[in-house]
Amino acid sequence: MKEYRTISKIAGPLVFVEKTEPIAYGELVNIILADGTTKRGQVLDTSDELVVVQIFETTAGIGRDSGVRFTGETIKMPVGRDMLGRILSGGGKPIDGGPDIVPEKRLDINGAAINPYARGMPADFIQTGISTIDGTNTLVRGQKLPIFSGAGLPHNNVALQIARQAKVPGSTENFAVVFAAMGITKEEANYFMQDFERTGALERAVVFLNLADDPAVERIITPRLALTTAEYLAFELGMHVLVILTDMTNYCEALRQIGAAREEVPGRRGYPGYMYTDLANLYERAGMIKGQKGSVTQIPILTMPGDDITHPIADLTGYITEGQIVVNRDLHRKGIYPPINVLPSLSRLMNLGIGKGKTREDHKKVSDQMYAGYAEGNDLRGLVAIVGKDALSERDRLLLEFADLFENRFVRQGYDEDRSIEDTLNLAWDLLATLPVEQLTRIDRELINKYHPKFRTGAKKE
Amino acid sequence: MEVKTKHAKEQKQGVLKRIAGPVVTAVNLDAHMYDVVKVGKEELMGEVIKIQGDSVIIQVYEDTAGIRPGEPVSNTGLSLAVELGPGLLTSIYDGIQRPLAVLVDKMGNFIERGVTAPGLSHEKKWTFKPLVKAGDKVEPGAILGEVQETNIVHKVMLPPNVKPGTVKTIKSGDYTIDEIICVLEDGREYPMLQRWPVRVPRPVKEKMNPTIPLITGQRILDGLFPIAKGGTAAIPGPFGSGKTVTQQQLAKWSDAEIVVYIGCGERGNEMTEVLTEFPHLEDPKSGKPLMERTVLIANTSNMPVAAREASVYTGITIAEYFRDMGYDVSLMADSTSRWAEAMREISSRLEEMPGEEGYPAYLAARLSEFYERAGLVKTLNGARGSVSVIGAVSPPGGDFSEPVTQNTLRIVKVFWALDAKLSQRRHFPAINWLNSYSLYLEALHDYYDKEVSPEWNTIRSWAMEILQKEAELQEIVQLVGSDALPESEQVTIEVARMIREIFLQQNAYDAVDTFCDMKKQYAMMKAIKTYAELSYSAQLVGVSPAQINAVKAKNELAQIKFIKDYTPELAKIMKQMDDEFNTLRSAA
Ligand SMILES: Nc1ncnc2c1ncn2[C@@H]1O[C@H](COP(=O)(O)OP(=O)(O)OP(=O)(O)O)[C@@H](O)[C@H]1O
Ligand SMILES: [Mg+2]
Repeated sequence: MKEYRTISKIAGPLVFVEKTEPIAYGELVNIILADGTTKRGQVLDTSDELVVVQIFETTAGIGRDSGVRFTGETIKMPVGRDMLGRILSGGGKPIDGGPDIVPEKRLDINGAAINPYARGMPADFIQTGISTIDGTNTLVRGQKLPIFSGAGLPHNNVALQIARQAKVPGSTENFAVVFAAMGITKEEANYFMQDFERTGALERAVVFLNLADDPAVERIITPRLALTTAEYLAFELGMHVLVILTDMTNYCEALRQIGAAREEVPGRRGYPGYMYTDLANLYERAGMIKGQKGSVTQIPILTMPGDDITHPIADLTGYITEGQIVVNRDLHRKGIYPPINVLPSLSRLMNLGIGKGKTREDHKKVSDQMYAGYAEGNDLRGLVAIVGKDALSERDRLLLEFADLFENRFVRQGYDEDRSIEDTLNLAWDLLATLPVEQLTRIDRELINKYHPKFRTGAKKE
Repeated sequence: MEVKTKHAKEQKQGVLKRIAGPVVTAVNLDAHMYDVVKVGKEELMGEVIKIQGDSVIIQVYEDTAGIRPGEPVSNTGLSLAVELGPGLLTSIYDGIQRPLAVLVDKMGNFIERGVTAPGLSHEKKWTFKPLVKAGDKVEPGAILGEVQETNIVHKVMLPPNVKPGTVKTIKSGDYTIDEIICVLEDGREYPMLQRWPVRVPRPVKEKMNPTIPLITGQRILDGLFPIAKGGTAAIPGPFGSGKTVTQQQLAKWSDAEIVVYIGCGERGNEMTEVLTEFPHLEDPKSGKPLMERTVLIANTSNMPVAAREASVYTGITIAEYFRDMGYDVSLMADSTSRWAEAMREISSRLEEMPGEEGYPAYLAARLSEFYERAGLVKTLNGARGSVSVIGAVSPPGGDFSEPVTQNTLRIVKVFWALDAKLSQRRHFPAINWLNSYSLYLEALHDYYDKEVSPEWNTIRSWAMEILQKEAELQEIVQLVGSDALPESEQVTIEVARMIREIFLQQNAYDAVDTFCDMKKQYAMMKAIKTYAELSYSAQLVGVSPAQINAVKAKNELAQIKFIKDYTPELAKIMKQMDDEFNTLRSAA
């Protein structure tokens, strides 16, 4: 393979190489330093005169005297069954002291779009044991449902609790977990690793670690490696895979850094204009395929800068994913775990996974009614602060109390508390029963007669 | 889409010079703007979007990884066009009319590149029934005959851009779309297939003013902010506020004869949902599967951006083609923001001077050209047809002041403003009744008067007034609590709540409530108004708001929307309401 020594410019993570033979767009590049170490990169722009290479590691040590080898192929990764139980770097190299991965296949890390015609519709209810998810923002197999959080909030606990408790009722199969860390601290990473070890989940997990002190640009490929692995496990080995990507905010920062180095016209708040498309190319790698057994379910985690849900990172993610679970600072301050605020949370695939034969026939309407009650009660808190409780009508007073009950009994639960969907729905009815029946306008009479605690026994006799 | 090369020998081959993502540069290529070219050894499809000296700049509809400078580029000499003819209905295409079902057969579950497939089957035979005979004079766009395509009759037309002529022979029987079915006296021969360049609007005889509503079965739309057949509407909103669900509801239930649904840069699963659901749903009017009147374009967010840019044109051209047959077509584009972003992405790679927020300076022009292709028209063959266009807009951060929303609002006549505050409390459809508007009310006045009820227009205004009034009262309530309001205004607050919760809220996932015809809409609103009148008059004779609120019949009213044969139940409730108020009044 020919080695060029024609580097003309190095700027940020970009290396400019001149006078090459025709080089392919997207080709994998090895840069060889004077001391023999190799750094990897990818061709971003290629022409007769100039090739622009984006390096996935720090450019420290690269100089005009470094050698450049074009490999002639796009970036591929070795994948194999024996990846389960392994810990790899953010660039895909084993870091657990174990042997190299025995490749059963080498796959392009950018994947390919699933033909929409070939997709299978996600419809299998995943019970996470968390009421605010199962009851009101249900997750289904093949969904992409991110956790929107803020710095210092317990999103990791929520993600771990989901990973630990997630099961599809009636199925004995456990999820395989693919965990990709991007720019998180060693401590956070240990937290995940210890939990995986404690619960034995590590055996069925593949871990990619790019930590805070690892090169930022490597974060561009970490989630791609993770998703390529997940697709392999799901669509070639037929497994149900849960992918946790954390922290997507660090990924987006890396994207911004490369955009700046390329002197592109920046989009909102300095992030590249193509960030939507870039993120979609990751998040859309969740799903199911018609007639195939496996599935890829994604739980990306992101910390919203300034807790701002309209920040481009959260905003563009929300525009691509199938809902979001929002972790909230006020609830956390009140000491409520998991501090999930259901109001801005959403699961768009919920309706496909719930109802008769899946969870329970009353699920959807109970959920709607819980939302309506909590939203109204929550609004009234503002009013009470001004006019006092006494100025409230009876209706409003009950709603106000409902909002408190909702937070303290429905939202609040233990880190190891694994509620069945029956428990969650019955709990919801217990809370709804504190409101006058006529106020339950979201639920039809038939369901009220059947499930409302007041009538429940009566219905059973029929 | 499959493109044939027009004059293969006359065209000289060009050479690729630079590849940077979806935009590549070629030299030594004879080209005109918007020519379709084949790029590289794999012959990826592309389109010329800029010519600068000897350099031809091309947007490529497929992934360009692995392509090298020096590879060949050839010009087909044709513009980006779609195939039009029997076989369009029930199809699902990517942005450049490649049938996705065929692509699965050709390359499996994932979309690889370099595979072409024609938009229509060229093997399948259709039974053609002529409607003209030898000796008939035919104008451009004339209907030559028909094919029973699904439950929809496909009119086979003379292309719009040809000279008039006289029919010499016309065949009847089973033919492929390529076989000649009509010969004119001057020797011109026509098959059923037409091609039409997507960026050029198909001509019509005359544009007319819309006067008939597109009935959608969605109460807030039909009842408060209607769109006319041939009209334009925008539905902007932050993520998760209900753009897609609303568009899908329109695709399902609106009384258009043909539906073109474009998933432009959105989710794969949403298209799958349409594909799985539609074949099982019935058109409330014809009782036929909804899929039979539908054409889907799916260029999801992870498919190539250049093809995303083209998808909107592909869709509208297909819509116009059915319009030309005399059909009412409705087109949903979800989301026009992703289309605009595709333009931005391509433009920035061309290093064009960016306009507002990085969008190209021609953004406004492209948007208005697109919406201009909607309309109620007299077609070239004299029929009445329409294309209604409903575009979703996805403003960053939900902020409507951004360029795509603003430029769209300058063009469209109906604005359905989605509101995150409403969707968060699960008030669906989360369309804000204070900010939204329809500029068709005047034009549709007569229709409602005649077809719904002479009372309808007044009832509508009444409901809007109550909602407006409520908004004002709520400001006071926020300061002093509702008990401090005068009693009549406490009644107004309750009536407004009923309009919101009973009439405006509509559950797309409830088997009955998902569609509500005008008759039921009228009955529901009328019942609420009756309650209001009874309440005000009871209050005047001294019945307290608490007593009025306790009227049981009111709560029963909330259940009506879930009942299919609601008339007997509604009559019962109204009778009960009357009785309850009579008791209250006589006790006062
Ligand atoms: N009319 C409705 N009835 C019931 N639920 C609805 C309705 N409209 C929206 N929803 C709920 O809101 C969710 C989000 O709606 P939708 O997917 O249409 O949002 P969107 O505006 O298209 O978001 P995005 O911009 O991210 O695509 C749906 O999954 C559904 O749960
Ligand atoms: Mg949508």
